[in-house]
Amino acid sequence: MTDQSWEILSNQFVAVAGVLYFLALISILIEWASLRRLPAEEVVTTGRTAMFGRLGLILTGMAVVAHFVALVGRGMAADPNRVPWGNMYEFTLTGTFVVAAGYLLLRGRHGLAWMAPIVVTFVLSLLMVDVIWLHEPVAPLTEALFSPWLVIHVVSAILATGAFTLAGICSALYLVKDRARPRQTGYLARVPSPAVLDRVSYRLHSFGFPIWTFAVLITGPIWAHQAWSSYWNWDPKEVWAFITWVVYAAYLHARSTAGWKGRNAAIVALVALATLWFNFIGINFFSSTSQHSYASGAARIETRG
Amino acid sequence: MSTPTNQSLRSLDTGDTEVTPPRRPGELTLTEMLRWAWRQLTSMRTALILLLLLALAAIPGSVVPQSDVDSLKAANWQDAHPTLTPIYEKLGLFSVYSSPWFSAIYILLMVSLVGCFIPRTFVYWKAMRAAPPPAPRNLTRLPDHTSYDTDAAPEAALAAAEAELKKRHFRVVRTGDAVSAERGHLREAGNLLFHVSVLVVLVGFAVGSLFGYRGGVILVVGNGFSNNLTQYDDFVPGSLFSADDMEPFTFDVKDFDVNWLTEGPSKGQARGFDSHLEYRETPDAKPKDYDLKVNHPLKIGGTEVFLIGHGYAPVITIRDGNGDIAYSGPTIFLPTDQSFRSFGVVKAPDARPTQIGLEGEFYPTYAFTDQTGPFSAFGQATNPAISMLVYKGDLGMDSGEPQSVYQLDKADADLVRKPDGSMFRVDLAPGQKAKLPDGLGTVSFDGLQQWNKIQVSRTPGKLVALAGVVLALLGLLGSLYIRPRRIWVRARRRDGRTYIEVAGLDRSGGGDVASELHEIVSALGAGTPADRRKEES
Repeated sequence: MTDQSWEILSNQFVAVAGVLYFLALISILIEWASLRRLPAEEVVTTGRTAMFGRLGLILTGMAVVAHFVALVGRGMAADPNRVPWGNMYEFTLTGTFVVAAGYLLLRGRHGLAWMAPIVVTFVLSLLMVDVIWLHEPVAPLTEALFSPWLVIHVVSAILATGAFTLAGICSALYLVKDRARPRQTGYLARVPSPAVLDRVSYRLHSFGFPIWTFAVLITGPIWAHQAWSSYWNWDPKEVWAFITWVVYAAYLHARSTAGWKGRNAAIVALVALATLWFNFIGINFFSSTSQHSYASGAARIETRG
Repeated sequence: MSTPTNQSLRSLDTGDTEVTPPRRPGELTLTEMLRWAWRQLTSMRTALILLLLLALAAIPGSVVPQSDVDSLKAANWQDAHPTLTPIYEKLGLFSVYSSPWFSAIYILLMVSLVGCFIPRTFVYWKAMRAAPPPAPRNLTRLPDHTSYDTDAAPEAALAAAEAELKKRHFRVVRTGDAVSAERGHLREAGNLLFHVSVLVVLVGFAVGSLFGYRGGVILVVGNGFSNNLTQYDDFVPGSLFSADDMEPFTFDVKDFDVNWLTEGPSKGQARGFDSHLEYRETPDAKPKDYDLKVNHPLKIGGTEVFLIGHGYAPVITIRDGNGDIAYSGPTIFLPTDQSFRSFGVVKAPDARPTQIGLEGEFYPTYAFTDQTGPFSAFGQATNPAISMLVYKGDLGMDSGEPQSVYQLDKADADLVRKPDGSMFRVDLAPGQKAKLPDGLGTVSFDGLQQWNKIQVSRTPGKLVALAGVVLALLGLLGSLYIRPRRIWVRARRRDGRTYIEVAGLDRSGGGDVASELHEIVSALGAGTPADRRKEES
């Protein structure tokens, strides 16, 4: 296959993934709509509701596979072939993939079935934003990105982003569930108890935090040192990655501080998630000084006159 | 969560449980005051607030241009905001990360860290050597517990439990009719390691910013550089930096290659920058060659040399009204966009009858449309041209004040116009020459050279910082994934059988011991569950 046909394939599979996520979302919504009226303890294993549940899961799985094919195609379309992490479009494509795949992987282990409508909505909307506003044709990497650190640095940053996002969904639901009065039916009744949400959220955070530390404070500085002559430049992206790190550190502390555990810790986690996503997408648009602004795919020439 | 946690440094001293006899506020003695202040500072809550403050305080530095990061950008911003600049300057907003208020936050944070690190180490030291605590009287009160009846003798059942727990790397102690077991002490060790490593990182970072330096120089290809202060265009020394520490290397930029992409989506971009250096580590060492590329710095001793930019330097000559050469040489033009449309200035203060200044643009591949005016179609110099305005008069260079070589002081200079008053522009291709109006002289564009922006930096302590972060990560892994927990097994005779109670306590704040309890019970060959019950913790 030529590079061009790989690129077309990638674009087509992004569309396929989008359609599959959409169909999955519809199935999941039908499932949850009919579960809404049943008491929360009742587990439905047969009939139409269960069928839509399974269908939703299968469609999500297929969407994730299509999403993966799109990523591979993106990498193969470049000359020379490379990891598909050269610009914002590709970062977002990968980030949403990690969120969706992470959800599927952890679903059984942590009982995350309740997360289906949220994760699929989140991934679908971000994917649409990605295709509509961030799409760029395949291009060779900018000079500074030619480094083995690209793989290590970006993989760890995106993995941590995925884990933090799932963890943030748990924390958000924790806040909602904690406030709402207990009910026998409805969506919230099927969301696990605040204690469980808090624990799952903590586990996902403690998976993400060391990886984020590795990405931001080890691989980032090593690479920055090689490419930009100084391992810490207080570049806006670095500043915000540091802010994110500090706020997540605060979350871990808050969780074991009297008066902060529970509600306040969950709020801190959400603030941290906001800084994370702002850094991921926002900084590239708001700050022209960032050496990380690959959104424009520019070969950045820096002159400090 | 009802389980006690010790996952972070300060959970021991969070409650204000101290009971003091009623006294009026003024009656605190100095020692008590200090102790109170110290306790406040080292409390977990303060540390938490300081962490959040640190995050908040870092934000302005990503919004306002920082003069130690990009001095040119900061200066431009200051010129554009004359009212805000003095206020911002007072607040230290142009160097946030070395400002007193930012430093205050992280220094307080570090004091707070040390203040709870030391007592915690003692506590840990004792805990590590202590035996697992004896079993609580009523094991079924613990959140995770189970019980069953068996026909084995209590002694045998306890021995089996002891063996099983030892196999699972628990520290086990027998007291009376029960076995106490504990494991996961290393979590706290990881926790302590993490916090002490933060200090190591800070030390490494401080050494780098105190004793290191970073300097940049723009070199026209073909020229040389020797590492001393006078040769730099910009230089940011650490506050304890001494010029004697500068390694006496020299290098010449022999040649520079760029590969311009002529097709594909990134058409017009440059790739494979390669600066061919010939360098000597000391003035009388043997010369060596090095291909300086992005991501491949040249290491000379503790100093590193980086290629971070490139551009064009048109060779321009100005002859004045008397026909004498007033200026001649490659002139550095700074690129303003990806197509290397570049901006530059030429100053000829020695020109007679009046000083002459040129200001304008260079286009590596000149193109023109009525809509856009002149622009550069491509970064490679396939059709180079300069287009410059001419100024005559006083260029302000005699006042002795330092001037940027990239800016023309036009306060006392006049724009040169054609005799009919219309715009006069010097538009030249290489080899061409233009005559200036009013007998001012001529300008010629003699050729084109390239320049490299070279960054030289010395960052002592960077390996200390790196080692610190790596240790911090190891500590972090320990403090997040090692789950300290206690398990108790009690065996008693009841109704002619042996009644076994097993209970567990998670001390990590995020784990649950129910599944482990279940495994242990099945390994012990539990008979019939008596009243097995599990509650959600």
